[in-house]
Amino acid sequence: MLGTGILKGMVETAKNFAGSYHDPERLTTVEYPEQRIASKENARQFPFLVHDTEDPMKGLRCVACQICEKECPPQCIYIVKSKDKRADYKGQMQFYPATFDIDLSVCMSCQICVEVCPFESIKMDTEFELSNTDRFGGLLVNKHQLAKSNEHYRKIHPTEAAASDAVLAAETAKAQAKAKADAEAKAAKAAAAAGPVGAVASAPAPKPSSPAAATAAAPAA
Amino acid sequence: MADFFQAIDQFPVTLKHWLMTQLGGVLPEWAEPLVSAALSITPILAVFPLMFALTTVIERKGLGRIQNRIGPNRVGIPLTNIRLAGFGQFIADGIKSLIKEDVVPRAADKVVHFLAPIALLIPVLLTYSVLPFGRNMVPLDLPQTGLLFFFAVGASTELSVFMAGWSSRNKYSLLGAMRAIAQMVSYEIPLILSALTVVMMAGTLSLSGIVERQMWHVAMPGIPGDQDGLLARWFLFTPWGLVGFFLFLTAAAAEANRTPFDLPEAESEIIAGYFTEYSGFKFAIFFLAEYLGLFAMCGLGITLFLGGWLPPVNFAPFTWIPSWCWFLGKLSALIVLFIWLRGTLPRLRTDQLMGFAWKFLLPMTLINLVVAALWHLLANSIPLVARWPLCFAMLAVPYWLLGRGFEAKFTKREYRFAN
Repeated sequence: MLGTGILKGMVETAKNFAGSYHDPERLTTVEYPEQRIASKENARQFPFLVHDTEDPMKGLRCVACQICEKECPPQCIYIVKSKDKRADYKGQMQFYPATFDIDLSVCMSCQICVEVCPFESIKMDTEFELSNTDRFGGLLVNKHQLAKSNEHYRKIHPTEAAASDAVLAAETAKAQAKAKADAEAKAAKAAAAAGPVGAVASAPAPKPSSPAAATAAAPAA
Repeated sequence: MADFFQAIDQFPVTLKHWLMTQLGGVLPEWAEPLVSAALSITPILAVFPLMFALTTVIERKGLGRIQNRIGPNRVGIPLTNIRLAGFGQFIADGIKSLIKEDVVPRAADKVVHFLAPIALLIPVLLTYSVLPFGRNMVPLDLPQTGLLFFFAVGASTELSVFMAGWSSRNKYSLLGAMRAIAQMVSYEIPLILSALTVVMMAGTLSLSGIVERQMWHVAMPGIPGDQDGLLARWFLFTPWGLVGFFLFLTAAAAEANRTPFDLPEAESEIIAGYFTEYSGFKFAIFFLAEYLGLFAMCGLGITLFLGGWLPPVNFAPFTWIPSWCWFLGKLSALIVLFIWLRGTLPRLRTDQLMGFAWKFLLPMTLINLVVAALWHLLANSIPLVARWPLCFAMLAVPYWLLGRGFEAKFTKREYRFAN
């Protein structure tokens, strides 16, 4: 009959009305500034730069390759490459960003910078309270503000961070294995080169081949 | 004891009388009617806008609870931690709308654009002048034309709505105004016809007269409740009154642009309808006028069907409560009902709206008129116990027959490509 649907609906809303007072489980919202819902693991808001050491500026993983700057769809990243180089986590000499700015008002949280980064150095943060009273300078976030520790990354995205750590560990292991292999190959080569001269070298002590190693070994000797 | 409660009941009347006698010697003779009118108007201008302000907060809180949210509960006294459960909100809203920029479109008809909110608010306030708020409390008692005055003045709001929509030079405003005209004209007919039933039975157009006809001690053939009985003789307790009341409420919701009949300002479709181009305090006036119009409609419904300021039963603790408290209490109950409906029902489509007015409400009000006449004519020949179900059945059967066409026909939807 006409009207029964309306009555059913009104009973439903009355249930909601009464239920919301005595059953807090029903409430879909929280009183925000005081109460907060823990952010979801897959939440993403704005990028940050991962660093590994105590001093954020020395431990930045970023090598200023500028891939993210070129890939960023709204062009909100601005990078200036350093003049000098420094050793990265693998001990390889790399550039580092002299300037790394992201414009908060332009960023669209697309995560493409994260996808393209070959160095696991830029990741998405879950921080969402980014409003600022300075609408010009305050919205341009520099590398000091962007740098956040790997521990922070592990905390906000545990799964992703574990994967990222595994990649880095594999890279490091590969680099070490390669270094070792190189060293062995060099040693073998050195031994082979030394063979015709001293054929009776039964216990071949690996000779320092590189000049750096030689200079390093010389004072010790 | 009874005198004490009588004194509280008549306090506004005696206060005004005392003030007039005090001023009598001071005022020049020509000013006396003006001051008297001002004294009558002041409580209306104080009580109902305040009620509007509180309703806006209560509505937001109620809708929140209906949707399992907490609702506004922050704004209290500034610079303190006192929150008043959010009831400071309306003051903040009022201040905000007062200091907001008043934007008038360059292409707008500026004079009409300026006049439209005023032309809406004034008729709405005028309708309050004939409503009896309590015993001896009617600002302007028109013994011959009270109800006619209410509808005549109330109908002019359509003009101001169209003024607002037309003068804005905005397609959404104009669409909203067109919808409002179509809706208000269509629903005015069932509204007046359902009120006409009461006029026919009470035999008067005076609203205070209609309330007096619902008193228990007035002999009225054909209304339940015996001569010196306990139950009041509200028209709601008759079959035609019961049906008439719900027809009236439906038409009143449409007249006041309340959900589910809020097509003229359907914000998901046409921004804000006819007041899209209004900002600042002009917008607040539209908002105020809309709610005051709803309160006036509810007040008329109370007067016509719910016994006005009369208590439902005629014994001690109920009769002690002042008459104006009964009126305001019934009004609050109806406002809560409208908020509840707003939280429940979605908006109608235009064709559903028109079909409902012309194919359902109009025939039902006409049938209700005939049934009311029968109820009156059969008063002396059939006893009440038989007459009540008979007349009710005469309304229920057409209700069922007419309602069949409006039932939602749900079939299980086949998702051909998704399955």
